[in-house]
Amino acid sequence: MSSETQKILTTDGIPLEVSLKKAEKKNKIKAFLLVCPLLFFIIITYIFPIGEMFSRSIDDRMVTNMLPKTFKAMETWDGKELPPEEVFASFLADYRVLAEKKEHGKLGQRLNKEKNGFTTILKKLWRKMKKFEDGNAKEQIMAVHKRFRDVEYWRAIKRTAPPYTAAKYLKGMDMYFDEDGKIVQVEEDRRIHRILWLRTLEVAFFVTVFCFLMGYPIAHLLATLPMKYSNLLMICVLLPFWTSLLVRTASWMILLQQQGIVNDFFVWIGLVSDDNRPEMMFNKTGTYVAMTQILLPFMVLPLYSVMKTISPSLMRAGKSLGGTPFIAFWKIYFPLTIPGIGAGCLLVFILAIGYYITPALVGGASGTLISNQIAYHMKATLDWSFASAMGLMLLTGVLVVYWIYNKLVGIDNIKLG
Amino acid sequence: MALPKYTEPHYRIWHYVYLFICGCVFFFLIAPLFVIFPLSFNAEEFLVFSDGMKRLDPDAFSLRWYKDMIYGTKNPWGAAAKNSFIIAVFATIGSIILGTVAALGLSSRHMPYKGLIMATLISPMIVPLIISGVAIFFFIAKVGLAATHLGIIIAHIILGTPFVVITVTATLSGFDHSVTRAAASLGSNPVNTFLKITLPLILPGVISGGLFAFVTSFDEVVVVLFLAGLETTTIPIQMWTGLREQLSPTILAVATCLIILSVLILVTAELLRRRSERLRGINR
Repeated sequence: MSSETQKILTTDGIPLEVSLKKAEKKNKIKAFLLVCPLLFFIIITYIFPIGEMFSRSIDDRMVTNMLPKTFKAMETWDGKELPPEEVFASFLADYRVLAEKKEHGKLGQRLNKEKNGFTTILKKLWRKMKKFEDGNAKEQIMAVHKRFRDVEYWRAIKRTAPPYTAAKYLKGMDMYFDEDGKIVQVEEDRRIHRILWLRTLEVAFFVTVFCFLMGYPIAHLLATLPMKYSNLLMICVLLPFWTSLLVRTASWMILLQQQGIVNDFFVWIGLVSDDNRPEMMFNKTGTYVAMTQILLPFMVLPLYSVMKTISPSLMRAGKSLGGTPFIAFWKIYFPLTIPGIGAGCLLVFILAIGYYITPALVGGASGTLISNQIAYHMKATLDWSFASAMGLMLLTGVLVVYWIYNKLVGIDNIKLG
Repeated sequence: MALPKYTEPHYRIWHYVYLFICGCVFFFLIAPLFVIFPLSFNAEEFLVFSDGMKRLDPDAFSLRWYKDMIYGTKNPWGAAAKNSFIIAVFATIGSIILGTVAALGLSSRHMPYKGLIMATLISPMIVPLIISGVAIFFFIAKVGLAATHLGIIIAHIILGTPFVVITVTATLSGFDHSVTRAAASLGSNPVNTFLKITLPLILPGVISGGLFAFVTSFDEVVVVLFLAGLETTTIPIQMWTGLREQLSPTILAVATCLIILSVLILVTAELLRRRSERLRGINR
């Protein structure tokens, strides 16, 4: 007899293997159905909009939609000399449609960003074209303004033809496309975004370092003290953790103001003179101090939960084998806490890099970060595509940090207390 | 952590230095919160300790800023508090329902693509808030819910569910699945089993996740700044505006109330955590 006929059957005659697979499949579907509502909710309300941010950030269809005939006519034009009559005629036709819809002003604004001087000549064209005769569009348009005779301006229009552009991303790095379509940097004194990126990285890095230096000792103390003391001290960590971010920022605003308690203290111990109180708020100092205090619990909690699992007998063993307390600490205790250090630093760094509220309130002009710039473009200039581009650049940075962390420590090692 | 008698002197000194450093850090963490209390009872308008307060003169203290908070002209705080509570309560309920159900599916060992789905579900917690704010704003504006309560509630459900998913999956990791099988074998249907067996056992996790979601919603500014209209200002928005424009002692009165609220939440969370640890101890 062959082995196939020896298959174990269930009571209803179906092979056990098949029956098990069926049950397995049913369970899979059941589990998936439970996750479905939230999964679709998050995908629709959150993941898709992030995708929409991307399409917004590269979207450049405005001119493409405004001048459809012109771009069609321009397809055959090589861009070396002035375009042929056909292009001029289509441009005039497109522009007349826009003028009817009263959208011609928008075109001028947009093209002006590509090359200075478009607003004026398009306005002039708008006034003159009412008296235009039929046919011979090239001659008549060129007579309106000498810039229409300049091939550069027609090249500028052609450059706006592709529906997608990376210009917003370049702007976020203080670069732009010049008239030949090459990537160039903006002048040195106008490179504001690069300063912001560097400052954001710098603040996030130092806040992480400060949090680590302050958080490590107290996490160690909390983990080694007897329960009844450590529970009490834990409140000092947990109460700020649960308290509103704005409340904590407000208290720093009171403490750091020029007539505030910190300055009073400095005057009292004679560090500064009364009439020469340093400005500690509305600059980077304020951002550092407030952010360190606000993010410190996020460092302490993961460190604590890792340190709690380290048996004290390991240190005793190290010492009994002849190590000094310092060597025992450095060779035994410290390496065991690395997962906690990694989790704490990752958390603090990621939170700090996207921080918005505290820098906006205590940072002043020299302490604001990249998030403040994103919010500024969302709310004040309404340049949503630029805000989206910057947001996605920040998101890419955050994902890179996660990726590096995953390679170095492993994302599963994160413990959140 | 008493030192053994045989400790050498320089380690003894180092130990006290270490304790001193820890003391300073604890002071740095907790002291800023306590500045708010006395100043909120200030009789004057300035946010510094007046000479009278330093002498503990009873006339230097007053409840006027608390009165202003409750009865003040225009009184933005009452409406803001109402909005905040409505939004936080509904966002918490939504987060708990969606998050718990998803966590049940995720902790099943049959779940396919567990890692990927988990990453998607907790992504709102990982992505910087400002980016979430922009993305959620695009969605809410597109469906025409900007400046409505419902819009903000949806936004806060997005931000709150990751906490529920994480705490409930953590609770379920120590969950003994044979009890649900036992219930099923005794003839209970799945819904009944969930309500009578599973839910009571995972309740501490559900509630502490809910607390996280509540606090997240109650304290959230960044996303609300993009979404809120005049009718939907919340306490954080009102504080944000106040802190930006003029720091008045009324804000400190509100802040004091918020600190008291966070003490209450801390106590609840701590009690729940201990209860959950106890329950999990029994399971093992």
